[in-house]
Amino acid sequence: MIIYILCFILFLVGLYGVVSKRNLIKIIIGIAIMEYSINLFFIMIGYIEGGTAPIITKGFEHSKFVDPLPQAMILTSIVIGLATTALLLAVAIRLYQKYGTFDINKIKDLKG
Amino acid sequence: MKGMTIIVKKIGQIICPVIFMFGLYIILHGHLTPGGGFAGGVIMAGAFILQILANGNILPNLRKEEEGLEFMESAAILGFLILAGLGLLFSGGVVFFANFLDKGELGKLISGGFIPIENIVVGAEVCAAIATIFIAMVVYKDEEKK
Amino acid sequence: MNSLIPLFVIIPLGCAFLMAMLGRFIKNINKFITPIFMLSLVYLTFHFIINSEGTLIYKVGGFEPVNGIPIAIYMVMDGLTKLILLVISLVGFLAIFYSLSYTKQYTSERKFYVLFSLMIAGMNGIVLSGDIFNIFVFLEIAAISSYALVAFGVEKQQLEASFKYQVLGGIASLIILLAIGLIYWNTGTLNIADISRQLTINCSSPTGTNVFIKFISVLLIAGFGLKAAIFPFHTWLPDAHSSAPSPISAMLSGVLIKAVGIYVIIRLFFNMFPLSYELSMTITVLGTISMIIGGLLAIGQWDIKRMLAYSSISQIGYIVLGLGIGMLVLATGGNKAVAALSITGGLFHLLNHSIFKGLLFLSAGAVEYRTGTRDMRKMGGLSEVLPITSRTSLVGSLAISGIPPFNGFFSKLIIIIAAIQAQYYVLAFLAVLVSVITIAYFMKLQKYTFYNNDGSKWKEKKIKEVPFSMAFSMIVMALLCITLSLLVIPDVREIFLKPAVDVLINTADYSTKILGM
Repeated sequence: MIIYILCFILFLVGLYGVVSKRNLIKIIIGIAIMEYSINLFFIMIGYIEGGTAPIITKGFEHSKFVDPLPQAMILTSIVIGLATTALLLAVAIRLYQKYGTFDINKIKDLKG
Repeated sequence: MKGMTIIVKKIGQIICPVIFMFGLYIILHGHLTPGGGFAGGVIMAGAFILQILANGNILPNLRKEEEGLEFMESAAILGFLILAGLGLLFSGGVVFFANFLDKGELGKLISGGFIPIENIVVGAEVCAAIATIFIAMVVYKDEEKK
Repeated sequence: MNSLIPLFVIIPLGCAFLMAMLGRFIKNINKFITPIFMLSLVYLTFHFIINSEGTLIYKVGGFEPVNGIPIAIYMVMDGLTKLILLVISLVGFLAIFYSLSYTKQYTSERKFYVLFSLMIAGMNGIVLSGDIFNIFVFLEIAAISSYALVAFGVEKQQLEASFKYQVLGGIASLIILLAIGLIYWNTGTLNIADISRQLTINCSSPTGTNVFIKFISVLLIAGFGLKAAIFPFHTWLPDAHSSAPSPISAMLSGVLIKAVGIYVIIRLFFNMFPLSYELSMTITVLGTISMIIGGLLAIGQWDIKRMLAYSSISQIGYIVLGLGIGMLVLATGGNKAVAALSITGGLFHLLNHSIFKGLLFLSAGAVEYRTGTRDMRKMGGLSEVLPITSRTSLVGSLAISGIPPFNGFFSKLIIIIAAIQAQYYVLAFLAVLVSVITIAYFMKLQKYTFYNNDGSKWKEKKIKEVPFSMAFSMIVMALLCITLSLLVIPDVREIFLKPAVDVLINTADYSTKILGM
């Protein structure tokens, strides 16, 4: 059980980064940490005591496998995370071009 | 973007082909071992990125490369869609993504129906996409300097 | 018939990447092909609405269930799906037709159409998916393309709005993913119908799982509520929706928050989770608060698109209120006819809101396109120079503030009558009050934008009416505003709204039909 709690703490660490940091890049890192913690959580729920990698090879057709579905989901989620992070970074670079800073206290044209 | 020192350049040149071949290996054995299109594509893109980082490149060249990679990416996705559509065709218009090729024997390189072909297409797409993202960011940074 | 279902995803997806490939070689090909693809989607939707009945299921890859447990990815088409698909394709086609002239101001026009098609593909995928993880995947496709579209102009404000939207949207997606993980942990399946069956079995036994279900529900309300901009998760909406290019604002406000937020919330909470009083109450209260807050904040705005964005929050509140009252009545075991009436009101308002909010955003875009400003204080007298835009905007304003005979009147009336019949008098009173507030700020919009002076300032600048493609989309939407009020006639309602309401009223039927029991 402790391992799930640690995973949740990792999620909260990421959330803390997003909420409290003032630097665009640090916010993006916070989001990435949250994402990794969830990926870790998925891998853990698919784990079976003593299971091997879920690949059928000669001689191992009937051994005990870990649950492959969370792994497939995580591969998808990693790809999505790649796209999100890349877009966030691209927007951050453009913002830096416009404002000359990564500080979100100075980037506030929008209000209301 | 400026290149790095002669040491980095030389070592980059030596290990780049190895990385590239390793990526190809992962893609081609995707249906037999861990890995597959995505992982192999990322490794292959790594080889490209290493080359650009070590040797540097000029802006017009980078733009040209970005365009080519973009084309490759869209073409790969369309190829994937067409493969899935072929399944629809071969199964009599019922099953999208039907595995219409011969499944072969377990453990052989040529087996698993059209999954290896899909892996190759996915590998090309991922490689192109990641290299595009990297080059786009380099282009932004170089444009900013002007 | 069933094998046509994946086309809703294949057509826009294929369109997007075909455009990305060919667009470089053949100039303006996107402008010809994208509207044709979108029109084919509209045709396909009507084809399904008229010719099919009941629940259609498509199993991707053709894998049949093993021992009654579904293993394939399911695509499910039922009444509710058809209604939302109609909204997506109709507003999508009109917005893309409007963009033909509007996007001339951007340097990389080609990519606009690519991203637009991807967004449509993502939304169609969400609506059709019968599998909770695929909902997440398609949600991300739609969301990522919408982030990019918000930042499409790469000006200061757009980038800032996009960053804010991306951070909040990213957190929402991760919360949703966490909830999906917990659901999989608890039930061992991802198919919505199968989860529903497992949860009903689990619910009857120990009390521990009940807490678990509530935790998951709260996570899902937070995640999808953030996507739907329900109070208190609404802060990103005014920035993102007002900064985006106008056809995209129309899509985001009119369609995206409904397909991504509202649709998934009602699908999961009506058809997947066992109905509970507390959660229905939470959803209703959140809807009511966002209805009031959005209305009050909209009054003070001077930016025309920002006001419309706040008004979206308020109108989404109406939709959630209508659906929430239906949920409450069902959860407390009340009269099913009242619940049906209330849900009809909510869904009718969803359909109407997508049309008139789309129309209003397109009109605001037309004004911005010609005058170059979004500040209402710098406008005035535009009805002299922009006659078509001013008329269509007036129709939209009348419809949204609930003046008969426009469609907004009937849907609000149905929601209020349902609230009274269900004996939630306070909610009915608040709905009437917010309707009055809506009239107030739309009168302000009309007065400061189109009237207020003789428009000599604009005549001097030689401002002309907007180009044909923009005017055409606005006129069609204005006509739809009137014709949609025909949906109150029972015979017409049978075709469009009744199947959708039936899906939500008979909560358990969804899973039994799909699992084939």
